[in-house]
Amino acid sequence: MIDTLVIRDLHVSVEGKPILRGVTLTMNRGETHAMMGPNGSGKSTLGLAIMGHPNYEVTEGSIELNGEDLVEMSPDQRARAGMFLAFQRPIAIPGVKLADFLRHATTNVRRPDRKEGEELIPMRDFRKELKGNMEQLQMDVEFARRYVNDGFSGGEMKRAEILQLAMLQPKFAILDETDSGLDADAVRLASESIAEIGREKMGLLIITHHDKLLVHNPPEFTHVMLGGRLVETGGIELANELHSEGYDRIRKAYPEADAQNQAMLEKEDAQPVG
Amino acid sequence: MMETTTSLSFTEDGFEAFAAGREEPQWLSDLRNAAWKKFSELPWPARNDEEWIRTDIRQFKLDRYSLALEPLTSEATATALMRDGVELGGGCTSFDGRKVDSFLKDKWAEKGVVFGSFGDVIRSHGDLIQPYLLRRAVNPNYDKFAALHTAFMTGGTILYIPRGIVVDEPFHALSTLSNGSADFGHTLVILEDGAEATMLSETASEDVDGGGLHCGAIELVLNPGAHLRYVNLQNWGSNVWHFAHQKAVVDRDASLQWTIAAMGAKVAKVNQHVGLIGEGANCQVNGVMFTEGKQHLSYHTLQHHEAPNCRSDFLYKAGLQDKSRTVWRGMIKVDPIAQRTDGYQRNDNLLLSAAARADSIPGLEIEADDVRCTHGSTSGRVDDELIFYAQCRGYTRKEAIQMIVTGFFQKVFDRISIESVREALGLAIARRVREYE
Repeated sequence: MIDTLVIRDLHVSVEGKPILRGVTLTMNRGETHAMMGPNGSGKSTLGLAIMGHPNYEVTEGSIELNGEDLVEMSPDQRARAGMFLAFQRPIAIPGVKLADFLRHATTNVRRPDRKEGEELIPMRDFRKELKGNMEQLQMDVEFARRYVNDGFSGGEMKRAEILQLAMLQPKFAILDETDSGLDADAVRLASESIAEIGREKMGLLIITHHDKLLVHNPPEFTHVMLGGRLVETGGIELANELHSEGYDRIRKAYPEADAQNQAMLEKEDAQPVG
Repeated sequence: MMETTTSLSFTEDGFEAFAAGREEPQWLSDLRNAAWKKFSELPWPARNDEEWIRTDIRQFKLDRYSLALEPLTSEATATALMRDGVELGGGCTSFDGRKVDSFLKDKWAEKGVVFGSFGDVIRSHGDLIQPYLLRRAVNPNYDKFAALHTAFMTGGTILYIPRGIVVDEPFHALSTLSNGSADFGHTLVILEDGAEATMLSETASEDVDGGGLHCGAIELVLNPGAHLRYVNLQNWGSNVWHFAHQKAVVDRDASLQWTIAAMGAKVAKVNQHVGLIGEGANCQVNGVMFTEGKQHLSYHTLQHHEAPNCRSDFLYKAGLQDKSRTVWRGMIKVDPIAQRTDGYQRNDNLLLSAAARADSIPGLEIEADDVRCTHGSTSGRVDDELIFYAQCRGYTRKEAIQMIVTGFFQKVFDRISIESVREALGLAIARRVREYE
């Protein structure tokens, strides 16, 4: 049976303010979906809500992985169930080496029933696998000895996220602007890597402003978010249209959602709503 | 435990009985008598005394404790954390201030190394020890606790390394305490010119929530060109009162790496003082504190540059959970003669709960003009975004917090050059970390 992620009528609030106002989306493993939309439309909120960020409260609707409700699960249970989010702004963990961080993470995700304190996967096997993945991503092995995201450049952070994607092999991965802050070469490398690691093996939900990532990962489905709603869904041609024409047509076609989008942008302060 | 016939109270009668029962050199009796007199004269610390203003000892009642005198009938049951897998040059264990056992490898004894319990070494090498004990480092008249310690000091360990001898096997000392008892241990380490040694010293209670009193002192004397790595791990039960004066003097071209780990005690008040007394002396201090419950640990450090071209580098890191509290008051003092001083002090605190509190008071007192002294402190809470990030990678909340805490201490662990110590401290901290909502 193919793995399926079903999001139904999802409403999400942050500090009591509604951000998502009824998102419905079905993804099968192996498919690539693009999520597009102007700033403040709620794209990042969807990713964080799917992973269970404590500040993002699901007020209505459901998120089901193979029929199992994720909403009641803690973020780590969701990760162990096969969900992954590549962060738009990855977090630094001072004093913790990337290799050590990933060994523990990989163990937990591969052995979802592992209890705290139980053995980690053997160091030898892990190192070999990590090295292989780093070579594929053209990363210096020294990188694994650095503290997680601590002092990383924007590009290094995004590559570290892709490395984690490669090691954790989730069923579904949400990539939140994994192409932002990268130069053209880096975007191409990131796009190729994602295609090699995830395309057709995972369900990919690619959140992006640009189309570069989509060149190597042509989406079967393109969704447009505006004012916390998916206002249109189409194929790759929709992504191409939005890239060349912008959101004017969408904004005019859905004035109510557009108004809500504008209102959310104005309220947006330090909180990443994206 | 407190039978009146076999233990002494800290009173005039108690001191007289204590002194009468001891077969010690005259110089030591004189030292004790003078200290008892000083103790009787000195007031208890005032609430508004800068050293005590943040540390409330009104609950401390000296008359609840007494010094055990009866011969040992039971083995110490507290376990040592730092000697696993370490080939030791010598070891010494005490229980409620009395020696349980000690050993020194022949090959080191043959080279003139002296190591053993405080009482044994005073008996066997009193003349050797006399010029050092409470004369070079700790001031027995500093305050009421220093005087009390001097009057009743028993237990503890003495290590002496002769000129030029390099000992490549660590020495280990363990002082253990039964619930409600008192420990007046005195540690004295003397390295003659060019000598090198490592000593691992730990204190622990039989029960993790045991009570009692430690009124102790540590003295480290490094003569010119000596190198010492000294570690003390304070792991008393959570109801022990811990009062200690700890001082090192580092002479010309000598170097000291001093690691202080503090995990236990109800209230701890520690004065840690390093005197850099000869040109080119070097001292690195690594402080690791982890507190929980209602623990209160108060550390007052002084790095005193008394000679030119010396380097001192103090890094204290504290992790706090529950309603615990730490106080760190650090001072770099540079005398007029101490030109080209390189002094550094830093204190970082990680607050794991909203009710924990860390006070950090760095200070500089500089009387020379060609110096480089820097200091800093930070206090922060565990970042929820960081926990979420780790959870998104499959870490449970508790594992995420443990990882963050380990990462927080990594910088100070990286400086500790003894593997068994790094491992013991890392494990001891990880075990204590709880889950917080």
